[in-house]
Amino acid sequence: MELWKPDQTFYPSPTLAMRAPRERFGYVATFDPNTALGRANGNGRHDAICVLDLDPSSPTYGQVVGRVEMPGKGDELHHFGWNACSSALCPYAPHPHVERRYLLVPGLRSSRIHVIDTKPDPRNPRVVKVISAEEIAERAGYSRPHTIHCGPDAIYVSALGSPNGDGPGGIFLLDHDSFDVLGRFEVDRGPQFLAYDFWWHLGYDVGITSEWGTPKMVEGGLVPDLLLKNEYGHAIHVWDLRRRRHLERLELGPEHQMTLELRPAHDPTKPYGFVGVVVSTKDLSASIWTWYLERGKWAVRKVIEIPPEPADPDKLPPALKPFKAVPPLVTDHILSLDDKFLYVACWGTGEVRQYDVSDPFAPKLTGSVRLGGIAARTPHPKAGAVNGAPQMVELSRDGRRLYASNSLYASWDEQFYPDGIKGWVAKIDVNPAGGMTLDPDFFVPFKDERPHQIHLEGGDCSSDSYCFP
Amino acid sequence: MSDVWPWVAAAALGAYHGLDPSMGWLFAVALGLQERSRTKLIGSLVPIGVGHLFAVGAVVLALAAARLSISASLLRGLSAAALVAFGAFRLYRPRAHPRLGGMRVKPWELALWSFMMATAHGAGLMFVPVLLGVPAPTHVHGHFGAVSALSSPSAPAHHALVVQAAALVMVHTAAMLAVMCTLALAVYNWIGLAILRRAWINLDLIWASALITAGVICLVI
Repeated sequence: MELWKPDQTFYPSPTLAMRAPRERFGYVATFDPNTALGRANGNGRHDAICVLDLDPSSPTYGQVVGRVEMPGKGDELHHFGWNACSSALCPYAPHPHVERRYLLVPGLRSSRIHVIDTKPDPRNPRVVKVISAEEIAERAGYSRPHTIHCGPDAIYVSALGSPNGDGPGGIFLLDHDSFDVLGRFEVDRGPQFLAYDFWWHLGYDVGITSEWGTPKMVEGGLVPDLLLKNEYGHAIHVWDLRRRRHLERLELGPEHQMTLELRPAHDPTKPYGFVGVVVSTKDLSASIWTWYLERGKWAVRKVIEIPPEPADPDKLPPALKPFKAVPPLVTDHILSLDDKFLYVACWGTGEVRQYDVSDPFAPKLTGSVRLGGIAARTPHPKAGAVNGAPQMVELSRDGRRLYASNSLYASWDEQFYPDGIKGWVAKIDVNPAGGMTLDPDFFVPFKDERPHQIHLEGGDCSSDSYCFP
Repeated sequence: MSDVWPWVAAAALGAYHGLDPSMGWLFAVALGLQERSRTKLIGSLVPIGVGHLFAVGAVVLALAAARLSISASLLRGLSAAALVAFGAFRLYRPRAHPRLGGMRVKPWELALWSFMMATAHGAGLMFVPVLLGVPAPTHVHGHFGAVSALSSPSAPAHHALVVQAAALVMVHTAAMLAVMCTLALAVYNWIGLAILRRAWINLDLIWASALITAGVICLVI
């Protein structure tokens, strides 16, 4: 539907978006691990988008108040995104009178993309369209859709690989209005083969992509042999967004295995961003790297290294016992809208770290919250013992509330938390001056299903792109 | 009075395009902000103006050429049909626009962008009723639109009309640039971008309706 005024959740700049009203709802992707792992014998649950009540004045605050199930089973919902966001105000392709209304929710295993309408009742979203795996395969040659970003000219989706489970993975485009698959993004992919996340610097017409592994390398679980041979991704790629061409491959060093989430500066004039590395095969450390533009060339540099923590082998899963240590496993991180604080989730050690990244080359550790963890098992004040650890993290636009969920990916959950992850979402309160504390009263448990990405009503720190500083 | 109104209409249409953020002033603001440079902002308006000028000019030339080969009444009917059809299309697909944008644009790319946006918008098409309403220069017999269907315009008359049409296009573009420059500088310097969220009404809906109305008027004048 065409609006008379711009959708009031669109903001020209990240600075203006920080003044947005507080979110009243959160949307959480949940999946049934038994179906995803092929052990449900058809009795499993459907994956769902759950609606969290995040309005503190509501009697159902901190509870799941809505749920929309996917029509199929075994989708393994993972990441998702909005049909439209603040990039609709970009001046060269403006369409400010569309609504932020539909969630596009890919099944990372099924390759289906579900279109979910969050209006008129945000507590009661409905599935209105399903884009089939066949349509994506036919028109784009991809499968296992992952990240969704609303671009100025189309909806961009990354995909892990080809329909047969090999590579290359890449990016394809969906029409803004009809959600038809428009085709693949790359005109010239250069040496790029592995794919995972992507985002961009709209002010520079430049895209960035990261590398995990092909579907065959990840769907059955982390393959130790491939990891020891450093065959998971260890580079990021820079793209010309307008000409759809590969520009540069930035190598991090083969031991830096799995470059996952990409968090470019929200300010479109700043040509830098942060990428996380899950684990180093040299010393089990995790790291955060800054990519940046210098004299017309892009480069990448390690700016944070988080060491493994020694642990009693009895507390470790079989694969980690010989190391007598827990790797931090940085699997997600999120950047505040003012590009000031970076929140890093250590899914192995069970910690969320806050860094002041005002100087993107010299981050300062300003806060830490511990919860769960492979060996530490730090309890939650409200729930007692928990397993898993903060994994996906999402930050409110004002930068004051950080939400974390505890599941990574069904088959990988089993390897690092063999007792089986019981799903939860927790909340961390952020001090705007630096520092943070776990909210002792906020704990959302999930039964027989695991939560992954969370998106907040009206937008958050991973949902929107801006064309104005 | 009838001598004045085409000039007023041309300028008013230009001012209207100048107001519309999607026609270029907002792009100029973004380009200025990207480099923190007011010079960049003002410099960007030049190619935007050139692109717009060519988009409208192309339609004017086409109209002039058409007038030589087809009768005035047929031209009037075709123009009306084109305006109504285009307006209806804009209502049906309000977000159809060329996809060639980006923030790192060379001047010629910016001019091309402006040309495409103005064309996709129907800016030139809206000029047709203005031209059809232009009274003939006093010393030449004839009227751009109202010439009898039996008589073709004489060569000098046609020449004078083309010169006048070119002048109208210049006035139109100048008015547009004046409004664009004022708005872009005001937003860049004082007002700030938050105004977009409140004041950016759906001009596309108004414009589409205006195209259809102009088509109808075309038949009446």
